[in-house]
Amino acid sequence: MSEFLQQLLNGLSLGAIYALIALGYTMVYGVLRFINFAHSDVFMVGAFIGYYLGKLVPEGTLWGGMLVLSGAMIGCALLGMFIERVVYRPLRHGPTLNVLITAIGVSLLLEYTGQIVFGAAPRTFPQIFPTANYHVGSLTISSNQLFVIGVAILLMIALQLIVFKTKIGTAMRAVSLNPKAAQLVGVNNNVVISFTFGLGSALAAAGGILYAMNYPSIDPLMGVMPGLKAFVAAILGGIGNIPGAALGGLLLGTVETFIGGSQFSTYKDAIAFAILIVILLFKPAGLLGKFTIEKV
Amino acid sequence: MPRPHLYLLATLACAFGLSHFSGRMDPYFLDVLTGVGINIILAVSLNLVNGYTGQFSLGHAGFMSVGAYMAAAVSVFLGPRLLGESGGTALQQGSLFLAALITGGCAAALAGLAVGVPSLRLKGDYLALVTLGFGEIIRVIFQNFEPLGGALGLNGIPAYTTIFWVLAFVGLAVFVVTCLVNSTYGRGFLATHDDEIASEAVGLNTTRYKIVAFVIGAFFAGTAGGLYGHFKMTITPTGFDFTKSIEIVVMVILGGMGNTLGVILAAILLTLLPELLRPIAEYRMIIYSLMLIVLMLARPQGLFNFKFGKAKL
Repeated sequence: MSEFLQQLLNGLSLGAIYALIALGYTMVYGVLRFINFAHSDVFMVGAFIGYYLGKLVPEGTLWGGMLVLSGAMIGCALLGMFIERVVYRPLRHGPTLNVLITAIGVSLLLEYTGQIVFGAAPRTFPQIFPTANYHVGSLTISSNQLFVIGVAILLMIALQLIVFKTKIGTAMRAVSLNPKAAQLVGVNNNVVISFTFGLGSALAAAGGILYAMNYPSIDPLMGVMPGLKAFVAAILGGIGNIPGAALGGLLLGTVETFIGGSQFSTYKDAIAFAILIVILLFKPAGLLGKFTIEKV
Repeated sequence: MPRPHLYLLATLACAFGLSHFSGRMDPYFLDVLTGVGINIILAVSLNLVNGYTGQFSLGHAGFMSVGAYMAAAVSVFLGPRLLGESGGTALQQGSLFLAALITGGCAAALAGLAVGVPSLRLKGDYLALVTLGFGEIIRVIFQNFEPLGGALGLNGIPAYTTIFWVLAFVGLAVFVVTCLVNSTYGRGFLATHDDEIASEAVGLNTTRYKIVAFVIGAFFAGTAGGLYGHFKMTITPTGFDFTKSIEIVVMVILGGMGNTLGVILAAILLTLLPELLRPIAEYRMIIYSLMLIVLMLARPQGLFNFKFGKAKL
């Protein structure tokens, strides 16, 4: 039983990170209907910004950690908006496949530029937040795990407030429903899409730092697998659906951790894709998504 | 004789000629040429799925790995028993290799059928992701399958791949795809690409067309994998991850979807480019990705697609 709880806790903290990345995918898909393959590399850049900022502040202090976290989020938000402005905007009305290929190009560019700038060797991520281990019964809870879950929940609540309670959030939902109609009633689509990219990238940066804290080694290709799995999580919950992305992330992280702890641990990487295939075949709209009928 | 048949004969003759003189040629040149040929087979076969039929598969490397492993298994495990200690004559080796390649191709085609039947009900981005997922699952299975080397890969594959085999299969792949698409039956692929709903309305079984395209594409990917394995003499599961699939997709898109000649040119260009950029090896992937972005912004219809005035997808 205690082992079960321990694994559940590990799974939830991994799932919270997947959820944060998945939110970025889902939001961009919501407004632009395309898979932003470069998102997983924005996640990597976030972790590296955290690494360099982490050297500037004293280790293991709360304010220092917060500073690093917000610095990385702002940096990645700017990066995301820059990518959107320079690369995706000229292609916005082009065929979907071209945008997809361009996104792959941006992803490769970030990865290989990262290998030159940051170096290809893995690095140890500094302990930017104070750490402690708590023992509850036979359970070991690290402060990092609590922190990951806490930050993820806070950010998701903040996101929910932005999307449903603010003017720009209303505009985001309008663009996602019908971009042309939104433009007709006076929404500036460019600003909204730019904002969406910024928000999604900031969440990816937060995810990157939380991931790096729990798996304290970072390298320029670290984003590839978590990125793919987070996308699976976004589909699992229903793409374009914000609570769905959170649910999908948590579910996927938990399932993966349990598989990782069982005798099938070497198949851990395949499980996400198996889930993806099953969900797409039997419930293509995802767990929380709405099914829409295609019209001619 | 129709034109494609003449081209096929010309390629085969060319292959014979080249292999006759290959002993005197620069080995580096031959290596590059073999790599180019394998990539052409991959790109042309993916073009049948992604270009002509308009589906978006991101799992081509998965089928390539199935073919590579099965072909290698035939020549590594069956070869010594059939050919004996001496290794057999050149003719025996050649027929064994042909059998291995066909086994690899058929195994890949079977995998294509198994993947295609459930996933081709999906469209666009979703299909891309499911094929990507299948590709990754195939990789993980090979990583865990100890009889074929597991994560360490399979070593000691005999070096059967010669320039003759590569060019012959290039000719065959181009021939089959061209003839298929230009046949009466093959118009169904183009119709599925242009408008699926309209094709169904006039009575085409679009799902069937998609699966046929997928299976044929997978078959040639499998033979390309077999050629690759017997060329490198060692294969690892990580060599066929989704970066490889993307590499092939990029060739198809740069060449212009549904344009075999363009795709061949793109495959040649994209295989030679890393070789040419070797002096600045550190930066070559950066240049490659920048080129990809710039080309998509500047020539969205593909680099070598001159037929259409605007992008036709």
